Amino acid sequence: MTTTTTTPSAPERARPYRGTKVRRQRVRAAWTFLAPMLVTLALVAGWPLLRTFYFSLTDGTLSALGDASFIGLENYLVYDNGTWYGLLTDPLWWRAVWNTVFFAAVSVSLEVVFGVIVALILNAEFRGRMLVRAAVLIPWAIPTIVSAKMWAWMLNDQFGIINHLLMALGLIDSPIAWTASATYSMWAVIMVDVWKTIPFVALLALAALQMLPKDCYEAAEVDGIHPVRVFFKVTLPLITPALMVAVIFRLLDALRVFDVIYVLTSNASSTMTMSIYARQQLVEFQDVGYGSAASTLLFLIIALATVAYLYLGRKQLQLGGD
Amino acid sequence: MLKKPLINAALLATATAAFASPVHAADLTISCGAVGAELELCEEGVEAWEEETGHEVDIVSTPNSSTERLSLYQQILSANSGDIDVMQIDVVWPGLLANHLLDLNEVLGDDAAEGHFEAIVENNTVDGKLVAMPWFTDAGVLYYRKDLLEEYGHEPPETWEELTEIATEIQTAEREAGNDGMWGFVFQGRAYEGLTTNALEWVSSYGGGTLVDEDGKVTINNDRAAAALDLAASWIDDITPEGALNYTEEEARGIFQSGDAVFMRNWPYAWSLAQSEDSDVRDKVGVVKLPHGPDGESAATLGGWNLAISKYSEAPSLAAELVAFLTGEAEQKRRAIEGSYNPTLERLYEDDEVLAAVPFFGTLYDTFANAVARPSAVTGESYGRVSNAFFDTTHSVLSGDTSAADALAQLESQLRRLERRWK
Repeated sequence: MTTTTTTPSAPERARPYRGTKVRRQRVRAAWTFLAPMLVTLALVAGWPLLRTFYFSLTDGTLSALGDASFIGLENYLVYDNGTWYGLLTDPLWWRAVWNTVFFAAVSVSLEVVFGVIVALILNAEFRGRMLVRAAVLIPWAIPTIVSAKMWAWMLNDQFGIINHLLMALGLIDSPIAWTASATYSMWAVIMVDVWKTIPFVALLALAALQMLPKDCYEAAEVDGIHPVRVFFKVTLPLITPALMVAVIFRLLDALRVFDVIYVLTSNASSTMTMSIYARQQLVEFQDVGYGSAASTLLFLIIALATVAYLYLGRKQLQLGGD
Repeated sequence: MLKKPLINAALLATATAAFASPVHAADLTISCGAVGAELELCEEGVEAWEEETGHEVDIVSTPNSSTERLSLYQQILSANSGDIDVMQIDVVWPGLLANHLLDLNEVLGDDAAEGHFEAIVENNTVDGKLVAMPWFTDAGVLYYRKDLLEEYGHEPPETWEELTEIATEIQTAEREAGNDGMWGFVFQGRAYEGLTTNALEWVSSYGGGTLVDEDGKVTINNDRAAAALDLAASWIDDITPEGALNYTEEEARGIFQSGDAVFMRNWPYAWSLAQSEDSDVRDKVGVVKLPHGPDGESAATLGGWNLAISKYSEAPSLAAELVAFLTGEAEQKRRAIEGSYNPTLERLYEDDEVLAAVPFFGTLYDTFANAVARPSAVTGESYGRVSNAFFDTTHSVLSGDTSAADALAQLESQLRRLERRWK
């Protein structure tokens, strides 16, 4: 494994390459090709982001956006009459942050575990494999609003099928109010999200599994290594890069989760996430300034989480490589 | 057996016809609620107007949760969009939406609202402008199972404590008799505007005030309010299913109408549905005013919906004609008889046909005339926040997260922060 791999860039790197004419030309070409994309990104991502940040420094309302006046950081934190006000002192906001982080951590972990299991099953040879592969994708294909509403009915405390099944099996003796009780609602939401996104993780993991070199497995088989050990020592390290991509996609999605939670539990504080909090301020209370402050913090938190994740992930890979 | 294919064929035919016919825009668009039989009644009323005038109207149905409906309207209106000409708006919204609504006195004349309940007309008048015509009024009432109360030898309860006792007794006995799904009392417990109306009734009937008083002072942090919420919290999982913490009007009605609850707090619209032919509790239902606390009087939160015209409408005078027709006497009477929607015209409460269809319109007239208003006028643009803080607090007390006393102290400081917005 270690001696046979040669990187094609190694000989190139040896040449005095930097600063040559060819090099300069290539850099210019690269920028030319990238420019349209960068302009588009600046327009559709940069501009709204800057505008949101600007609004977070004003007292604008949705009904009279034009009359917004600059108030500095008052939406975030302000000292008035002996008390601190603002987003950073709002317990509900911090509850929303905690809910979001908890939701993201638990749901993404579960999705990765189950996603890999599903991928391993789909990777095996059996009759009707194509059919099963297509079927597994269904939860991912249903629009979230539709699947969340469907789960809301299935989880209904009085006439939902989940309670009916659990009662028939004798696991519970009275119906559980899945989406109403503060204890269960977060888990109900996580369960629905996991159900929905397992196919996504499974698909990426499956793609990675199919690229794996067969010779490692043959060698392992010859040496009589236990399959579980093979999975942890060979398969898992080899599909880790693909899983990391899956995790980052899912993590970004989970940190800004809105639809599934809003449909299942509305504005209830036990499941309120940062997005739901921001929407409530922006739309329900028409407070563009305060809502934008929440959106800005939401963006910063997601950015931080992504950077931290990438940094740790790279470190891990380097350590693994050594 | 033969019916189904026929229906499918019919559906297919209409669908094809709809696609085949040339698309022509309607003259007006109206938004109607879809709680209970609301949408049906609205469609019938609009159809009658279409036949009379030859105009064409599109009906948009809106979310059942009033909180979400408000968000939708605010989005449409703040975009200065005339997509919806006539809007059905809640009794607490005129102050919030007034800037986007037409002055109806201008298009319908100064006596447009004559004969309607004075209090509602006043509520709908913002800065001297009549921004909405009263369509139907609402007040919370207590539905009870006549047959069950009779069987167990009880009169309808006068106080909340009595209600709790009777509900507990009947629920226990019925469950022992094999009726496993029986509950004592259902109401609207979801974290939304409906919970504000419910909780205001508990607090107010305990003598605990109305959250914010007429001068804009925050009054909610008092012992009576705490006692009221504590009692309500004790119902959950005892006589009220825990799921009620996620119920709106229709979920509560679902339980009651399938015969699975002894009592229900709801609006009058549930009456005609509970008495409909496919109802499991037909002719077994009674309606009385809501109970009260030890030192209070029964209180019913004022609800009700009005019709307003968007300032951005392209056909304001036509829209006004439709509004005048829908809020007129004939239409209100039809809605009262068919759907038990409370008329806003006082004289209809003496109409024999109306009283025959909905007897409690007569017996509970005082309740409807003296319903307790939510503090929307005094808090103005902040009402949404105030109500939100209140229903969130109530919701966490009901879920057992905090005690009522602690929660109300916290609510008070939260409202104090907002106070400077309306004072």
